[in-house]
Amino acid sequence: MPNWVRACGANDVEAEDLVRFDHGDRTFAVYRSPDDEYFCTEGLCTHEQVHLADGLVMDYEIECPKHNATFDYRTGEAKRAPACVNLATYPVKIENGSVWIEI
Amino acid sequence: MPIDACRDYSLTGPNAKASGFGSAEWYASPAPRKRIKELMKRSDRLALTNYGTWLGLVVATGVLLVAVWGTAWAWPVALVYGVFYGSGADSRWHETGHGTPFKTRWLNDAFYHLASFMSLRNPHLWRWSHTRHHSETVIVGRDPEIAFPRPPSIGNWVLNLLYIPAITKELGKMVRIAFGNLTEAEKSFLPESEWPKTFAASRAHLLVLALVGLAAVTLQSWLPLFLIGLPTFYGSWLHHILATTQHAGLAEDVPDHRMNSRTFYLNPFFRFIYSNMNYHIEHHMYPMVPFYNLPALHEEIKADCPPAYASLLACYREMVPAVMRQQADPNHYIRRPLPAGAGATPTYERPVIAAE
Ligand code: FES
Repeated sequence: MPNWVRACGANDVEAEDLVRFDHGDRTFAVYRSPDDEYFCTEGLCTHEQVHLADGLVMDYEIECPKHNATFDYRTGEAKRAPACVNLATYPVKIENGSVWIEI
Repeated sequence: MPIDACRDYSLTGPNAKASGFGSAEWYASPAPRKRIKELMKRSDRLALTNYGTWLGLVVATGVLLVAVWGTAWAWPVALVYGVFYGSGADSRWHETGHGTPFKTRWLNDAFYHLASFMSLRNPHLWRWSHTRHHSETVIVGRDPEIAFPRPPSIGNWVLNLLYIPAITKELGKMVRIAFGNLTEAEKSFLPESEWPKTFAASRAHLLVLALVGLAAVTLQSWLPLFLIGLPTFYGSWLHHILATTQHAGLAEDVPDHRMNSRTFYLNPFFRFIYSNMNYHIEHHMYPMVPFYNLPALHEEIKADCPPAYASLLACYREMVPAVMRQQADPNHYIRRPLPAGAGATPTYERPVIAAE
């Protein structure tokens, strides 16, 4: 049974940026790409569990603020050491000006 | 026994598992996300201006060295060439290791491998060692890059200012790793998946050095070695004199870079050689900010940090007596003052394993 949760308003995320979204004891990162598409991954870097929300989005990659690992936030793929494990990704939809994620 | 009396710096000793705090708990001076985002932005133009100038200077002074070789001018020219080559490469190895100067990744990677060779560092081993240094900066038994363990050996300290023991160790390390041998300490921070690349890099470095050695024998001249290989030995001293200031004499085992790192003001030429690493608190607190934006980051957060030292000399005036005193009293360290209104240093309680 899909469980869609409202993460934030679509305009709460700037283009080429991300915001943190906490739900229960879980944390997520919601991204808006340079061409205004939205994506969602788990919120913590797979290297040492640092919040990605303090990182830098460049095109379609998120760079972790701690040791500069990068991930493709569309697929979760780890692209640069020290991250070796991919990020989990979650489906996203936009409805009535809000970003919803399926968790 | 108080924890301070149990200083075992080994990465496989009793302190190795006892750090007990995660990366997320380190103090960061508050700054608006919008501003930090601006400062984190990468610019190929700014990076290429710096790296292009640097490489141009290495090549120009190298050509000059060839031209004056065999005359008395060779010594002063070699000194200048060596500084651009050895000291310039060392700070650029570090910066490109963070992947921050260039927006284009292959440019970062290309300069990373070039500068790693020029500073005779294994690019993969050092990337992971430095990752740990940033996770657990000056945490005893966890940080592989604590340059001045207490009590410090003054002899080593002085030799290290000229980079002699460290660089000789790097050369030995290169040979050992080329033969596929890693120490237990290295294995503690280098994932097994990285080992083949690590061995290959040391072999490649060794091969280049062997070819340069062969050229020297064939030409019956020291010149090839003075151009490639030896400059790391005779030219890295400036970088090391600057880098000694980074953490020496300051607090250990505290999750606050304002207490264990140093920021000081420096002239533009040395900052060029050193890639602005005199802003060391800023670099550790926000490692995603490229070197060319560190002065602006300093302005942004300085009200929350200890006052920057006025000069390199001011750092040494404080460090030298502290290090002398640490010989007799290893628990002594320099306590950095925070300005009124600055955020408090987080309380840190290391598990008691080390004190058992
Ligand atoms: S915590 Fe993200 S790269 Fe290390």
